[in-house]
Amino acid sequence: MTQLIRAKAGGVVPTPAPGGTVRKLFRIYLEKPELAGVALLVVLTLVFAFRSNGVFLSADNLRGILGLLPEVGLVSIGVALLMICGEFDLSVGSMFALMPVCVAVMTNHGVPFIPAMLLGLTISAVVGFANGFITLVFNIPSFIATLGMLFMVRSLTVVLTGGFPPLLSSELPIGIFTQFVGPAGILRVSFIWFAAVALIAGAMLSGSNFGNWIRATGGFLDAAKSMGVPVRRVKMSCFVICSMLAGFAGTIQVFRLGSALPSIGDGLELQAVAAAVIGGTSLTGGVGTVLGAIVGALLIRVIDNGLVMSQVDANWFKFTVGALTVFAVVANSWLRRTARRIKVEG
Amino acid sequence: MTTPLISVRNLHKWYSGVHALKGVNLDVQPGEVCGLVGDNGAGKSTLIKILAGVHRPDRGEIRIGGHPVEITSPKIAMKLGIETIYQDNSMVPTMSIARNLFIGREPLRFAIGGLGLIDHARMRDEAIQAIGDVDLHLRSPDALLSELSGGQRQGVAIARAMHFKSKVLILDEPTNHLSVKETKKVLAFVRSLPAQGVTGILISHNLHHVFQSCDRIVAMARGEIVLDKPIEETTVDEVSDVL
Repeated sequence: MTQLIRAKAGGVVPTPAPGGTVRKLFRIYLEKPELAGVALLVVLTLVFAFRSNGVFLSADNLRGILGLLPEVGLVSIGVALLMICGEFDLSVGSMFALMPVCVAVMTNHGVPFIPAMLLGLTISAVVGFANGFITLVFNIPSFIATLGMLFMVRSLTVVLTGGFPPLLSSELPIGIFTQFVGPAGILRVSFIWFAAVALIAGAMLSGSNFGNWIRATGGFLDAAKSMGVPVRRVKMSCFVICSMLAGFAGTIQVFRLGSALPSIGDGLELQAVAAAVIGGTSLTGGVGTVLGAIVGALLIRVIDNGLVMSQVDANWFKFTVGALTVFAVVANSWLRRTARRIKVEG
Repeated sequence: MTTPLISVRNLHKWYSGVHALKGVNLDVQPGEVCGLVGDNGAGKSTLIKILAGVHRPDRGEIRIGGHPVEITSPKIAMKLGIETIYQDNSMVPTMSIARNLFIGREPLRFAIGGLGLIDHARMRDEAIQAIGDVDLHLRSPDALLSELSGGQRQGVAIARAMHFKSKVLILDEPTNHLSVKETKKVLAFVRSLPAQGVTGILISHNLHHVFQSCDRIVAMARGEIVLDKPIEETTVDEVSDVL
């Protein structure tokens, strides 16, 4: 065993041969970095299915994973979009709580459901706008601007509720989010909302000129500016979209849980960043996809659930997600450097 | 004398107390290549950034083809036919060649209020053509910019400017960071601009490059134009003396 390790360290490190399959793989990787996440997802699914004697893939268990996915997935999509244009939003976890709390308070005061939802989304948009405004006008890092917003918005949710979760009226049509649908009732309607948002966001990022501007803005701000891209408006839009998605996602979760806890979404901002990064989004902007963010979010859900199903102490969950995040970034930067070294441009 | 293509009158620019341009007057004739030289901080970058719409002048007038214009943004500059290639490369390394060529000017299948879906097939075809038009040999328009060498990147920047049929091409230190061979290629391209019906402004601090490829030389120092002569009426020594 020791010998084997030594042999490996002694220069037998597999260096990619110039040309052939390896080169092709690297090229695919450079063009679609999220595929690495997909591969990992497949591997983990197989491992967990095997370790749990198939329970992991049972309808009941999948229902659990897929019920939660839309909530974290929506937040991750927003966070990824914002990261691709070169900014951060740490306030999404707090926003995740603020919108549902607002919706609950409003409906309890007699505001009908749809206007309450629209107002809630407007409030989310305003918070996103404030994030963008503070970042862009005062020219400070969005990391700081939204860190401040994290505390302010969380505080607002507690003040609004007095610390007690407001009751959700049983007359609210929450079934349009929580109802089980599909074969064996494996999905909730929220999944359809999520899929629709994901499709639109994906088409926007890769297929529209606005998506091109998002990538250019995050990839190289000066170049985007000099080509006439309205970089401030692009960033502002991403801040607003990110915040609205977080609020919407939190509202779905509250409807599923049946209670507007002012503390939900605590720590979610970092999980969303982790999901985006695991899915191939670059911390420095310019690189990333909607599919990658979703794969990252799904990976985190799969790990969370898979560990329990394979009877590993669940307290290892955060450890695993942390390790995976670091691994993803290290692997991504190594792969990128190697891909460049073997001169993929040919 | 014909109407100058670009005419700048009494242009002033202040940067937080620094008087970067002190009443600059400059005429660029159609079909000429004008070399703009000067030391760092002489005001040449400020001048071309105003022409490219990146900065606004504080005072003064700009005329394009005899008509007074307000170049309030890079978009407007491009609409007026002014394309700019910057030294630090106006390309996004994390995006493909095709996407880079069309940043801000993507061919759309349909659009509502300026936003719409990109016509990828057309973008790709036009990218291949644009690259071919400037004799650049690249594997594929889908390759990322970061995979290219400095010279190839500058080639893509040139392809972009030419593809959009610019009337005036401003090249801001285009040979910085390039190898000798690549520099030669870029200078030959600058030399060929008039033949393609394009007026050029070459910014460089290398006088030899300017003398090799320009018809006229304009020297700036401390925010003013200190020399403006056809190449054949001046020498490298005279220009170095005024700088």
